[in-house]
Amino acid sequence: MAYSHGDGHHPPQSFWTRYVWSQDHKVIAVQYTITAILIGLVGLVLSNLMRLQLGFPGRFAFIDAQHYYQFVTMHGMIMVIYLLTALFLGGFGNYLIPLMVGARDMVFPFLNMLSYWVYLVAVLVLVASFFVPGGPTGAGWTLYPPQAILPGTPGDGAGIILMLVSLLIFIVAATMGGLNYVTTVLQARTEGMTMFRLPLSVWGIFMATILALLAFPALFVSAVMMLLDKTLGTSFFMPAVISLGQTLGYKGGSPLLFQHLFWFFGHPEVYIVALPAFGIVSDLISTHARKNIFGYRMMVWAIIAIGVLSVVVWAHHMFVSGMNPYFGFFFATTTLIIAIPTALKVYNWVLTLWRGNIHLTVPMLFAIAFVSMFTIGGLTGLFLGNVSVDIPLSNTYFVVAHFHMVMGVAPILVVFGGLYHWFPKVTGRMLNDTLGKLHFWITFVGTYLIYFPMHYLGFLGMPRRYYAYDNYQFIPPSAQQLNVFITVVALIVGVAQLLFLFNLAWSAFKGRLAGPNPWGATTLEWQTPDTPPTHGNWGEAQPVVYRWAYEYSVPGATEDFVPQNLMPEGEGEGE
Amino acid sequence: MALAIALVIIVVAAVLFHVLSPWWMTPLASNWGQIDTTLSITIVITGLVFVVINLFIAYAVVRYRRRVGRRADYQPENKKLEGWLMGLTTVGIVAMLAPGLLVYAKLINPPEDALVLEVVGQQWQWSFRFAGRDGQLGSSGIDFINADNPLGLNPTDTRGQDDVLVQGNEVHLPLGRPVKVLLRSKDVLHDFYVQPFRARMNLVPGMVTHFWFTPTKTGRYEILCAQLCGVGHYNMRGMVVVEDEAAFQKWLNSQPTFRETMTKTAATGGEALVKQGATLAQSQGCFACHSVDGSTRVGPSWKGLYGKTETFADGTTAQVDDAYLHQFIRNPTARVPKGYPPIMPKFDLSDQQLAALVAYIESLGQGKGKDAVAQQ
Repeated sequence: MAYSHGDGHHPPQSFWTRYVWSQDHKVIAVQYTITAILIGLVGLVLSNLMRLQLGFPGRFAFIDAQHYYQFVTMHGMIMVIYLLTALFLGGFGNYLIPLMVGARDMVFPFLNMLSYWVYLVAVLVLVASFFVPGGPTGAGWTLYPPQAILPGTPGDGAGIILMLVSLLIFIVAATMGGLNYVTTVLQARTEGMTMFRLPLSVWGIFMATILALLAFPALFVSAVMMLLDKTLGTSFFMPAVISLGQTLGYKGGSPLLFQHLFWFFGHPEVYIVALPAFGIVSDLISTHARKNIFGYRMMVWAIIAIGVLSVVVWAHHMFVSGMNPYFGFFFATTTLIIAIPTALKVYNWVLTLWRGNIHLTVPMLFAIAFVSMFTIGGLTGLFLGNVSVDIPLSNTYFVVAHFHMVMGVAPILVVFGGLYHWFPKVTGRMLNDTLGKLHFWITFVGTYLIYFPMHYLGFLGMPRRYYAYDNYQFIPPSAQQLNVFITVVALIVGVAQLLFLFNLAWSAFKGRLAGPNPWGATTLEWQTPDTPPTHGNWGEAQPVVYRWAYEYSVPGATEDFVPQNLMPEGEGEGE
Repeated sequence: MALAIALVIIVVAAVLFHVLSPWWMTPLASNWGQIDTTLSITIVITGLVFVVINLFIAYAVVRYRRRVGRRADYQPENKKLEGWLMGLTTVGIVAMLAPGLLVYAKLINPPEDALVLEVVGQQWQWSFRFAGRDGQLGSSGIDFINADNPLGLNPTDTRGQDDVLVQGNEVHLPLGRPVKVLLRSKDVLHDFYVQPFRARMNLVPGMVTHFWFTPTKTGRYEILCAQLCGVGHYNMRGMVVVEDEAAFQKWLNSQPTFRETMTKTAATGGEALVKQGATLAQSQGCFACHSVDGSTRVGPSWKGLYGKTETFADGTTAQVDDAYLHQFIRNPTARVPKGYPPIMPKFDLSDQQLAALVAYIESLGQGKGKDAVAQQ
């Protein structure tokens, strides 16, 4: 059902223009997703290598202190930026926004294509840093100066330079994509698609993109300044120091300035990852519980409130940094206030389940697991956001457990849920259910076993980013046994992800045919004339939207869902 | 169904784990019991929410699971319910935030009469300084740092002459007296973390940070660095000894003043030389990377090093002897021993100090290890 009328939307002709230099948002989404998953696999392997050292210190000779810190750093950076950010915005954002708002494509398709290729360059530069002399940087993903650019830190030469360059390139890519997503949501919605009829997935991605456009520039300037400090000897972040016995020429710079800039980016970054997850999980829960999302308007306002508040909480990462101590009052208060709209979202998810007709499909399992995982991760955030409680816990394994649950595992569960949910639309085939359930159970139970006990190592006071804990008297030997346990589970969960990859690859070709709307969902992407949707998405005419996105189980309707674009029998009917 | 069971098991296991866990905060040894109290309040409130949410989901998943012929309710919103939930959440938040901020107000206001302890960090060791009889710390600066003046005190500042410089990485504190800790760093960020004291702070090069606490229990407490500071981060060790006032004063009097360390005459003679080398190795932070018991840290262990044949990254070898060690320590990155990162700093040592250091390493060499280890 190729359509073509003379408005510039020509279907691509050759293999190259169709799948490689494609300007089709759906192909770009798949390119983003595959690239992010591949680099994410590197991040996963790195985490397992770290766990090997922590579980069995010294057993693996190639994991020396230098390599350990490199693994720590690259794992964090890859997972946060190159996997989660890229996958939610570049992957889900690209695929879902035009389809869900009823557009034929992004507003700027060429820019969209460029965004992917620039992202790929950023990934390649990042990977290249593994192969330069000295290896990748081992400064921790926060890249705090002065340490990040001084000897004594692994990869203080080419490693840190490539890391910063890669981030700069990534931000260019994210900006090109981001401008597109925002403009498309604001300008390219089809007839009848008001902002308050948008599915929450679009709202979450939209708000996250606005945050990205505001927050990434802070990282951009810090990366530029650190590059200058490193290569030209400027002193933006560098005070006078004696590094390993050598007096260096730096003078007058401020390490705290970097931390403020980094977290001005870094905290919104948490929500850049979380808000798309919030949005997507809302749609998954509503669809598979066959019930409208509870409190849609409040959910939208909560997304907006969280987005706005997220730019005034950054210094809660710096309670013991040495900044002016009076900041502590302000940032502790804003941080705990942000818990209120966030809690509201959790309540509304579980209230959506209430009196639903819950289909425990694989996407739904992941969605519910997300709510549980996010709840505990959010709650432990209340420890760390409350300045005086944070002080003994800062930089311990409590922090590691907290942020992995809240912004590592929880969003990844949504990524899985989302992929199981939309895979049938992308490929026209279902993912295998049995493999999916196996993957779900190992991942869900495994991550709980890994991270729940880890909080207690933090209470005990075990600092994070330690290569080894030999001869510390206050750490009982049982802590090491717990570390062995965590490592074993982490290895199992790591290997179990192969099930998922196999499922993706196998089902793409051999999976059961899905049909256009296997879940009985209301949103527009399930109403395309073709599955998978062809170039231009809608055939001859774009859809017209008559109602909000959550018309499930409406009393009196014949089916338990009413698509957004189904023409009502009477006129002017809607919300 | 399986999901509901899993969620219930998670809740039960989490609560049991919390009660039975052998891993918990070290016993409090400072005045900051209020931090622990706030933490306990937070655990109760958040724990309750955790249990309720998960059990609610488990119940909903069973009660409203898919049934043929069932229709879900259609209820877009319920303003009253949402209002109540937000109100309750706000109450919970206030119950945690208020006590938290009250403690914090105290945390950032050290008492006027507090004993001042200066902590200086560098990769990967701690140093300490107390004010002398005049009760004032002398000024300091990066530019003043050299082998004889490792803390970089201003030699012309009269207030600093009687400052007490603690030898080694162990500092003593008197029981029951408030201590205001001033922190500075020579190189990168560090964090002075003694878990039983609860309070702590980063060391930031280019500025002086501070925090305070009152030790309330005698004992020995480990100092950890809890801000990533490079490849030796995990080995940046120190010790705080809390003891009664008399013992503290006795210990304090045994430590040299700044003036004394500057005028100290160099020891000579074989055994004295080894002893001086050991002290030097301690003060220069060599042990952050080199063990004397044969275990591998960032750099090779000194046990058995002298006399062995070292292999380098480029495949060449050399016998470790006096000449080699002199050459290596003067220019540590010229040749890199295989398997170690090329990060050894150049130390600004006099010829006499270098000779002492090499004598000490020799004393740990092959067949000589035991005596020297005993000295440590």
